[in-house]
This record gives sequence, structure tokens and C-alpha cells, in this order.
Amino acid sequence: MTDATQIPSSGAARPAGKSIITTDDRTKKRNAAEKRFRMYGIAAILAGIACLVVLLGSILLNGVTAFQQTFIQVPVYLNPEAVDPNGNRDPEEMGSATTFTYKPIVVDAMAALVEERGIETEIDPGDMDALFSAAAVAQVRDRVLANPELVGETVTFNILASSRVDGYLKDRVTRDSVARDKNIDAGHLDIVDELRAEGDVVKRFNWDFIFGADASESRPEQAGMGVAMLGSFFMMLVVLGLSLPIGVAASIYLEEFAPQNRLTDIIEVNISNLAAVPSIVFGILGLAVFIQFMEFPQSAPLVGGLVLTLMTLPTIIISTRAALKSVPPSIRDAALGVGASKMQAVFHHVLPLAMPGILTGTIIGLAQALGETAPLLLIGMVGYIATNYPDGVASGFLDPNSAMPAQIYEWAKRADPAYYERAWGGIIILLVFLFAMNAIAILLRRKFERRW
Amino acid sequence: MPFYWTLAIIALLCAAGYVLGRRKAVASVGGDKRRLHSLPNFYGMNVALKGAVPAFGLLVFWLIAQPLFVEWRVSSIVSDLAVSEARDLGLVMVDVRRVADGLDTAVATGTMTASEATDIAAGDGNVRERLGAAGVALGSEVSEPVLRAAQRYRALSSTGDTLRSVAVLAVLLLGLGWAYRETDGEFRARNVVEQGVLALLLGAACIAILTTLGIVLSLIFNTIEFFSIYPASEFFFSTTWFPSFGGGSSLGILPLLWGTLYISLIALAVAVPIGLMAAIYLSEYASPRVRGIAKPALEILAGIPTIVYGLFALLTVGPALMVVFGDGGLGWMQAGTAVMTAGLVMGIMLIPFVSSLSDDIINAVPQSMRDGSYGLGATQSETVRQVVLPAALPGIVGAILLAASRAIGETMIVVLGAGAAARISPNPFEAMTTVTAKIVSQLTGDADFSSPEALVAFALGMTLFVLTLGLNVFALYIVRKYREQYE
Repeated sequence: MTDATQIPSSGAARPAGKSIITTDDRTKKRNAAEKRFRMYGIAAILAGIACLVVLLGSILLNGVTAFQQTFIQVPVYLNPEAVDPNGNRDPEEMGSATTFTYKPIVVDAMAALVEERGIETEIDPGDMDALFSAAAVAQVRDRVLANPELVGETVTFNILASSRVDGYLKDRVTRDSVARDKNIDAGHLDIVDELRAEGDVVKRFNWDFIFGADASESRPEQAGMGVAMLGSFFMMLVVLGLSLPIGVAASIYLEEFAPQNRLTDIIEVNISNLAAVPSIVFGILGLAVFIQFMEFPQSAPLVGGLVLTLMTLPTIIISTRAALKSVPPSIRDAALGVGASKMQAVFHHVLPLAMPGILTGTIIGLAQALGETAPLLLIGMVGYIATNYPDGVASGFLDPNSAMPAQIYEWAKRADPAYYERAWGGIIILLVFLFAMNAIAILLRRKFERRW
Repeated sequence: MPFYWTLAIIALLCAAGYVLGRRKAVASVGGDKRRLHSLPNFYGMNVALKGAVPAFGLLVFWLIAQPLFVEWRVSSIVSDLAVSEARDLGLVMVDVRRVADGLDTAVATGTMTASEATDIAAGDGNVRERLGAAGVALGSEVSEPVLRAAQRYRALSSTGDTLRSVAVLAVLLLGLGWAYRETDGEFRARNVVEQGVLALLLGAACIAILTTLGIVLSLIFNTIEFFSIYPASEFFFSTTWFPSFGGGSSLGILPLLWGTLYISLIALAVAVPIGLMAAIYLSEYASPRVRGIAKPALEILAGIPTIVYGLFALLTVGPALMVVFGDGGLGWMQAGTAVMTAGLVMGIMLIPFVSSLSDDIINAVPQSMRDGSYGLGATQSETVRQVVLPAALPGIVGAILLAASRAIGETMIVVLGAGAAARISPNPFEAMTTVTAKIVSQLTGDADFSSPEALVAFALGMTLFVLTLGLNVFALYIVRKYREQYE
């Protein structure tokens, strides 16, 4: 008799509760544990995504306002006696009138505007300079020097409002904070409110933030990213011009030609270790070797580019080797079969086929380099230096300049909260570049990726 | 001759050499290319390479060697001065270089004529004021020997520059001429060129070694210099960090190490559970659609530059923590910059690092092991905890160690988010500082590189380098040693 034919007597052999229809306590516990575990996983992913959302959200929330700037439309009477006492309308002669001469003119114009609008205020007409930026005076002066025929006329200028007024319109400056601020009084804000209702104070898109130069600590309303952007651009040229050829050459050697020997091992170990060296150590290397030892100019995009090149080389080498490896050996064999030398097989056949992968890796490496800050601090690409556009290509490489991330760091360090807004705005610009580069890399991969 | 002209001439002559070499080879066989040993282009490339490679090699060598040579010659002039005034030779050389640069600028801007700059003496005319007029600020009055040395420095440098151009061009022409002479239809140009290209490829690969060498040497030399003026035992065992540029600093690394490790620990406490659980969910539970959305979303976090995280810590997380733990809340926190702020934000940064590394490792565990576990009646979570994780453990430990090394080397988050006070305290809501933040603060600004306050940054860098390298090597060792071999 086999077990299969034995009919169990009902209930007697089975312990109570061990049914496959009703779950017992232990199974319930195990199922609950299963559910909990799965929940932990979901919670972890949600936590990660929440971090991303909060991060991007706070960047957008704090940063978009930097792209708007407050301007005041003021009719300014360009008094010939002050601006051009000799009456020759000669720009060179008029250049001797400094911003000190122009400041009262703008202050008077401001006071006149307030009076014309019929605004009652306790603010002394001489204190109207709290309303507009110190840059506004230079703005008026530059326009007059460029168009001397304007002297003697009343010209309407769109002058930059001061950072406090700008902050008031963007809700950064409140009446509470103004009470403790010696730069501006509540009375000024009343004037701003009235002028706003009249349409004299307007917020407009701020091109100068994107294309302008950095400004001194006291003029956040004037500061822009443009020069730092150029600094980053010249650095990226150096990185691209050096790391792509060197990286590709090194990868070709290691992947296609390197014999199994000691030297190859040393190179491989070095590359994988360099990929893990903290970026600030590359900064120390740049400082000691390029600036201390070779005496390259400090703060120059050329040196920054060299340091970043050394930093991105491992990334590019690793991705290039992967791209070369993905080209099937049959391609090489076919080329060798029709009489090409090994070198020709690699350069004429393998390399072009691997090129999309190489470019993708290079762009990602460049994006990494573009966002890197720490090494740049050590070679001096920080501080109040991104103030002038470079004169030409050579000076673009050699003159002191900042870079986008270093400029953001510089702004974050400054005491005025108006600079925080600039820093967030700068991050938006930086991230736009990074997203664009990564999108290009992904598109390249999608378009040219081959499955063998 | 300016440097750029040298480069341009090299490029131009090599291009000409290419055309000429190619033409000569073709002409030597009477225009019948089939009778050449190699394709015509190889003959041109042979000439161009033999011109360019030695010329560039010499140029690079000269650029490195000349400053050393000039320094050595000039320092022999000023060494007597350094002895007589009991000053450090390095400091005097800094003065000399600055004066020499100042004279160059003065000539360039036209406030001094070239002959004036070479003949001016400290006695006649106020050198400091005249250089100041050219926009070169000098700290102190220029003494006669320093001025002499500076003039010698300029003379040597300019002679060196001229010699450099001449030598480089001579080598270039020799190389081109030699290659042109040997060009002939029988010449095995392809073999020679390919060997040359292979050597160039090897050279490019060796740049990785040179970089490591550069890092190690620049750290070692400056660290040795630092320990020659500051006791090593003080550096490693002192618990106070108080640099003062006027002298009498105490530079103990312990508070910095404490801050570094504390922040890294908090970062790992955030990143490891979240990253690991996310990786487990993504590889074991998630449907392909969820995986396709969640994985790239998490990886965006890895692509965001650290300066962004730094600003996020300083301006968002710090103030948010202040609301809860600050004076208005629990009262544990004095300012927004604290160990906790930096640690939390660094943890966020490390989440994708941990999760994508662990994801790869968990995926590498063979499916048959899971199937075996299911077959025995285990639930999915029991399988993960008792089969998959133990199998993946060495890899996960390696990933955590790599994340720790990243955390220790991270700079921008701690510079902006952790504060600047060096202290050893168990309270995570206090401001502390790290090794990397202090490297930045000791090396930015106009410190000269001979004071212990600046040189300490190299010792800190050395510590950091050894620490992160050690962690990486250890991580690789663990992964190799304990890796299960699956077939």
C-alpha cells in the first residue's frame, strides 16, 4: 500500500490551525514582515525623490527672482553747467566729470520725480540716493559720454533700483527688516509703493544678470554671471582640447595595444585610483605644480582647465575604454584580413565606430568638470575678479577670471542677502548648462548607439 | 620671440615638411605610387612627426627647466643677503620675483624704458614708488641686492627665452631635414610612423602615472617642509587648531579629523539605509516602469554639482533645522551651519552613489539562488535578507567604503554648511570644521607658501590623500577577497 492511497482520517492527523485556507499567526507575521520590508523600500525611494524635489524646488523658488530686476524710470535733466562746464560737448573733456558730479543730478531728478507725482514724504530730497543703485550714476554718465548731444535735455533713463528696493518688490525686504537697516527707511518704501502705482517703478527681465560682470560687495543689483560664464567657457575649451585627445590616446593604447606587463598594470591601477582622489587634492596639485613650480599666472582659466583636465581624464578614459570594448572583434579581424595594419584597423575602423560612445563619455566628463568648484578655489579663481570681459582669446585664457561655480560660491559667501538670490539664480544658469550637456549626451547615445 | 610664435612656426614648418616629404617620396618613384613601400601620406607624416616630436619635447623640457635654472643662479646671489638679514631664502626669492615681475609690468605699461629697468639702482629714484605707479604694489622698500637679483633674474629669463626659441627651431629643422633626407620610395615609412604613434599613445597613457607622481611629490615635498618648521607630533596629536598668521599658531589635526569623521558618519547614516533600501526595492520588487522612472530620478542627484548642495545646506537646510532645533525650538543649535546640516546634505548627495553601486551588486547575485530560496518556501523579503544580502555583502561593504571616501574628500558642502570653528564636541548641532574646509581656508588668499600656516594645508592634503586612497584600496581588497565566485 502506498501513501497516496491512504485516506487521512479527518482532523485527527492535522494539528489545529494548520490549514492552507486560514493563515496561522506565524504566516501572518511573515506576511506582515514582507509588507513592511516592501514599504521600507518604497519609503526609501520616495525619500530620495523627495530630496530631489525639495532641492530642485528650493533652487527654482529662490532663484527665478534673480532673473527679474527692478528699474526706475526717471526723467533726468542733464544740466550743462555741471556736466559740461566748457560747453564744447567734447566727450574727452566731459570725461573729467566723474560720477561724483553726476550723483547730485540723478538725486535731483529722483526728488523731482517724487514731487511731480505729488508724493508727500518726510525723506529729505538729498537722501533719495537710497532708492537707486550706485551703478545708476555710472549708467547715466556712460550714456552722456556716448551721446554728448543729450546734454541740456531732459532724458528718461531706466535706472537700476537699489538692492533694498528690489528686495522690497520681491518680498525679500520687509518693513520689519527695514527698521533695522541703515541703508533705507520706511519712508523710501512708501515712495516706492506710490511710484509703483504710477508705473515708474517696474520689474523687468534682467539680461545683465546673465551677460553682465560681477559687481562689488555693495552693489548686488548689478552683479551678473556673464564674465564667469566666459571663464568657464575658456576652461572647458582647455579641458576639451586636452582631455579628449589624451584620453582617447591613452584608452586606445590600453585597450588595443598594451602588452600584459608591469607598466600596463601600474597605469591601470593609477587610473582607477585617480578616479577616486578627492577633487581638492587636484587643486593642491595645480597650486603646487602649475602655479608654484611652473609659475603659470594665478586665477587663469588656462590653469583651471589644466587641473580639471587631469581630474576628468580618468572618467574619459574609463568611458572610452568601454566604448572601444563594445566594438566587436570581427571588425578588427575583417580590417586585418584585407591587409590593414593594426594601427590602421584601430584608427580607420574601430575608432569611428566607437566615436558616439566616446563623445557621450566626454560630454559627461565635461559636465562634471563644469560643476567642479573646490580645485578652482585653490588656484585663486575666486573673489572679486570676474569684473571685466577678457580683451581677446589670449587674455581669455591667461587673465584672471572666475568660473560659474566659483562665482556662485563667491556670492554665497558675501554678507548681503541680496547676493543669495544671485547665487540661486547662478545655480539655475549652471544647471541649465549641465542639463543641456547631459541631454546632448543622451541624444547622441540614442541616435548612434549600435547593437552588434 | 613670443611663445605663441614659436608654436605657430613649429606647426607651419611641420605642415610644410609633410607636403615636401610626401612629394619627394612620390617623385622618387616617378609618380607611380604602387612602387612606394607605404602609402604616400606616411612619408609626409614621418617628416612631420620627426620634426614636431623632438621640438615639442625640448620645448616642454625647457619650460620646466628654465625657471629652476634661473632660480638656482639668482638664489646664489641673494643667499648672502638672506644670511645677513637672517631671513628665509624662500621669502627673499618671493621678493625678487615680485620685483622682477614689477619691472616687466613697468616696461610693458611704458612707465619705464627697457634700459632703465635693467640699469636702475635702489639708490637713484624711488623704485617702489615708480613700480607702484605701474600698478605693482610692493610690501616694503626694495633693497639693493634684491633689485640686483631681480635684474639678473630678468636678464637670465630673457636670455633663456631667446635661447629656447633658437634651440627649439634648430631641433625642429634638424629633425625635418633628417627625415626629409631619408625619404625615398624604399623607405619603410609606415612601420616607422606606426611605431612613433604607438610611442605617443603610450606617452598619453603615462600621463596618469605622471599625475599621481605630481600629486604625491607636491604633497610630500611641501609636507616635509612643513614638518621642518612645525613639529609633527604637535600636528598629529594636538587637540587645538588655532592658526594665526602672526605666528604662534597651534595646528593640531585632531579637531579637523573629528569634524570630518563626524560629518561623514552622519552622511553615511542617511545615505546607507536609504540608498540600500532603494537599491533592494529597485532590483527585487520594482516593475520595469517604476525602475525606469525612479532610477534616473535618483541619479539626477549624483549629477548635481557639489556647490549646489553647499548652497542648499547653507540657505535651505540650515535655516530649516534652526526652526526645529534652534532657539525657537529645542534650543540645541546656535547657527544654521553645523555638523548636522552638512551631514544631512552630504547624505542626500551620497544616496545615488550607494544605491547605484549596490544595485549593480545585487543584480549580480544569480537568480538561481533566489529561486532556491523561494523553493524552500521563503518569502521575498526573507530571501533578500537571508540569501541575497549575505551574497552581496562584500560588494555592499565596498560600496559603503567608497561612499565614505567620497564623504571624507567632499569640500564644498562642508565649506558652506559646516561652519568654521575647529572643535571636538559630541553635539551634532554645533559648528565644526573638516580637513578639506581648512585646506581651502589656509590656501586661499595671499598667503606665501613658506609660512607654516599655508604649508599645513599640504600636510592636511597628504592626510586626506592617504585616508581616501587607503579606503579605496581597502574597499577593493574586501570586494576581491570575499567575493563569491558564481558560475
